[in-house]
Amino acid sequence: MSTIEVSPALPRIDESGHSVVNDFSIQVATVNGSGSQTANSVLMRSIFQMGIPVSGKNMFPSNIQGLPTWFTIRASKHGYIGRKKEIDFLVAMNPETAREDVMNLESGAAVVYDEPLKLNALRSDLHFYPAPFDKLVAPVCPEPKLRKLVRNMIYDGIVAYLLGIEMPEIHKALTKQFGPKKAKAAEMNWGACQAGYEFASQNLQKSDPCRVERMNSTAGKIIIDGNAACALGSMFAGVTVVTWYPITPSSSLVESLIGYLKRFRIDKATGKATYAVVQAEDELSAVGMVLGAGWAGARSMTATAGPGISLMAEFVGLGYYAEIPGVIFDVQRVGPSTGLPTRTMQGDLLSTALLSHGDTKHPMFFPCSPEECFSLSIEAFDFAEHFQTPVFVMVDLDLGMNNWMADAFEYPTKPIQRGKVLSAEDLEKLGGFGRYKDVDGDGIGYRTLPGTNHPNGAYFTRGSGHNAQAQYTEREDDYIQNVDRLSRKFEGMRAAVPAPVVEDNAKAKIGFVALGTSHYAVGESRDQLRSEFGIETSYLRLRAYPFNQELTDFIRRHERVYVVDQNRDGQLLALMRLEFPPEDIAKLRSLKYYGGLPLDARTVTDNVLKQEGR
Amino acid sequence: MSTTTTPPPPKKVNHIGLDVVSYKGGKTTLCAGCGHNAISERIIEAFYDMGVQPWNVAKFSGIGCSSKSPAYFLSLSHGFNSVHGRMPSVATGAMLANRTIMGIGVTGDGDTASIGLGQFMHLLRRNLPMIYVIEDNGVYGLTKGQFSATADLGSKLKTGVINDLPPFDCCALALQWGATFVARSFSGDKRQLSAILKAAIAHNGLSLIDVISPCTTFNDHEGSTKSYSFMKDHDEPLHALDFVPYFDDISVEIADGEVRDVEMHDGSHLRIKKLGHDYDPTSKFAALSALDEAEKKGEVITGVLYVDTSKPNFYEMLHMDDAPLATLPESKTRPPKSVLDQAMEELR
Repeated sequence: MSTIEVSPALPRIDESGHSVVNDFSIQVATVNGSGSQTANSVLMRSIFQMGIPVSGKNMFPSNIQGLPTWFTIRASKHGYIGRKKEIDFLVAMNPETAREDVMNLESGAAVVYDEPLKLNALRSDLHFYPAPFDKLVAPVCPEPKLRKLVRNMIYDGIVAYLLGIEMPEIHKALTKQFGPKKAKAAEMNWGACQAGYEFASQNLQKSDPCRVERMNSTAGKIIIDGNAACALGSMFAGVTVVTWYPITPSSSLVESLIGYLKRFRIDKATGKATYAVVQAEDELSAVGMVLGAGWAGARSMTATAGPGISLMAEFVGLGYYAEIPGVIFDVQRVGPSTGLPTRTMQGDLLSTALLSHGDTKHPMFFPCSPEECFSLSIEAFDFAEHFQTPVFVMVDLDLGMNNWMADAFEYPTKPIQRGKVLSAEDLEKLGGFGRYKDVDGDGIGYRTLPGTNHPNGAYFTRGSGHNAQAQYTEREDDYIQNVDRLSRKFEGMRAAVPAPVVEDNAKAKIGFVALGTSHYAVGESRDQLRSEFGIETSYLRLRAYPFNQELTDFIRRHERVYVVDQNRDGQLLALMRLEFPPEDIAKLRSLKYYGGLPLDARTVTDNVLKQEGR
Repeated sequence: MSTTTTPPPPKKVNHIGLDVVSYKGGKTTLCAGCGHNAISERIIEAFYDMGVQPWNVAKFSGIGCSSKSPAYFLSLSHGFNSVHGRMPSVATGAMLANRTIMGIGVTGDGDTASIGLGQFMHLLRRNLPMIYVIEDNGVYGLTKGQFSATADLGSKLKTGVINDLPPFDCCALALQWGATFVARSFSGDKRQLSAILKAAIAHNGLSLIDVISPCTTFNDHEGSTKSYSFMKDHDEPLHALDFVPYFDDISVEIADGEVRDVEMHDGSHLRIKKLGHDYDPTSKFAALSALDEAEKKGEVITGVLYVDTSKPNFYEMLHMDDAPLATLPESKTRPPKSVLDQAMEELR
């Protein structure tokens, strides 16, 4: 492999005399299945390697090949990694969407495009960089069949030149992306990058203001998607039974987990798996297996999305009443059926909290980052076994499937907690036990596992019709006693769930309540509100349901509280309304976005200003 | 209760030192004369005779009359009355959690052949080593007498309604879907059902036992093909079955050509005595063909239709650890810090 002889584009300034360093977003518009994912990942990773905070968001269709897809890379010296609505730098590779993509740009943006598209004729207020992609790809890729895939790598070279991304970093990222097994493919793609770079350096005149400059803000950090982080968390939580049914956007969670388990959970002494993974026939079966396994003492989990959650409803209700641990990951998306399965949404908050029939309610954890996907997943398994109930880890497509910059995960310090399980020795001492007896006053009974080597270990599991001894009953008093105990158990969760993260501002009259990926837009919006409008805000980020006292206190400390929802009907707000008295509810304002894209700061800011009458 | 005819056990205790009371369950709440109660009795007998440790057994069921019956046998075993038609998934999860427990599922024709057909198919495909008993009466009992998908074409409800859809034959379907032990029996045939249950206990794979079990309340009248009287006239045993458990002496002389011995996984022997014609229970083709012929003749063939002792079970297919996953120590389920460090390094 040769190294690049030409020097990268030097710092430049635009006509108005300023340059934009490490603070812009690049959008690459391509066609699904054209190998653009690799080119985009390499681009994102090389900016990351230069120490610049970066995020990547893939907006892709529910399709394998042929439909438009957009990948947005945001570089931000301030560390903002939420979506930025405005595109500063467009790479227009898709003839179908190129016209619209260009027309949507704000004045002053830059466009790299395939020369025959003649996009420069569309507007006169943009910086256009034409490149003959077909001509450039032919010499570096002699195999015509592969050209479609390699072609995209050319724009990496062009963008590297125009933005000042160091080519050795592109090479490093490319090598990492392909891995040692695909060295030949890597070489061919590197050739394409170089061809793009050389073309740009000889033919393009830099005129836009965007460029990168090496920083030191990503040292020690990793790039990972939330699904893989949940997978790692599950493995380190000691998961033993994993069941699933493929569904976007959750499939990669289990696929990633399978990859890790195969590498790290085969017993060295026996060569056998310390886990079982079953691809079930549907989500009903997947959750049935989770409950069966949890009942018999395994750490069990499944991962799904909204449609799967709907199918799991009946079983989850049984899990609630029969009090069986299990962890269910819900990577939320727009639904149902053929809809927008590849777009993000916080759409299952309300239905999951109250999933199933009868008086059911379920704890939900809300990670907002890969670090929390990892740590809250571990916590969810302990929590499920402690409270003997299904626990939901609510991820969304944006967190689950997009690549995020994150701190390296911390190895768990607490040993695995298995909850109240009686052993044969315990039974020998006690003589017997009542499965649903509230011995400790926390609403949580003691359970035994099938196979416990003691004649007094068995009990019979069924739905809601049982007394403290797990005997069948349809008596009014038994039923009331049982569901009241379940309520006590649920109340006990409030102090045990992951606590909210509160950023109080003594000067603030208004506050935000948000969860999950809304965090990034809210954080950036708070800065916008302060710096652009002089509005101070406080912020409480929920990490779990049920809510606790901190949320109540937060509402009471503020005049108005903006509850951020990524759904049309304000589901988080609705959950809060179920619990709070009217005087607290009166302070709540709904701030909603539901277009299927990750929430951005400007949308939040504009919404607050409007509601504040500014 | 019509099931007070259980013969007293030959010994006071079985070979693991337990009396038969240790295998009993709660008092049945099913109708008097229900075939399911007789099946519960046979289960009690078979587990007692085979000396299965009751607290090493897990019982599973779905919803329906049949699914209530696990409460009526083996009360020293854990039991799980799950949701309608989805017992297979619960059993699968539980047994993956602890592969050392013996699983027995009891279900009905509504539970299995309608709402649970999908899970039934996939359970068979996985060859989970459990016993799966269908208490088959062709009718929904707990919802008061609607046809199920195993009701025969032309059979009549008490209300006079004629079934105009052909039935599913769960044995034929099981053969197609990969079951490794397929049997059909009649709740009234004590000797045959006992031998089949014991063979199922000994089998290292999924044992499907479809037991015609008349519903005295909703489907035991003239015109029903799942009634006691219909079975009395149409039950055609394929063979006479004996079962010699692994802990008993097998050295009895067998007359050549009259008896076929199938050695089970645990060393027990299923002894199949010819009745009239020779029947090869190791041939899937023979089984399907016999079922087809019986259907044409309006007969119900009973016995062990098919047995394959060579297929790997689900645990073997998954290369699972021999120890129960449920109780593996943290040292085996949480990889060390070095693994996390390695994973992090790969992501930098």
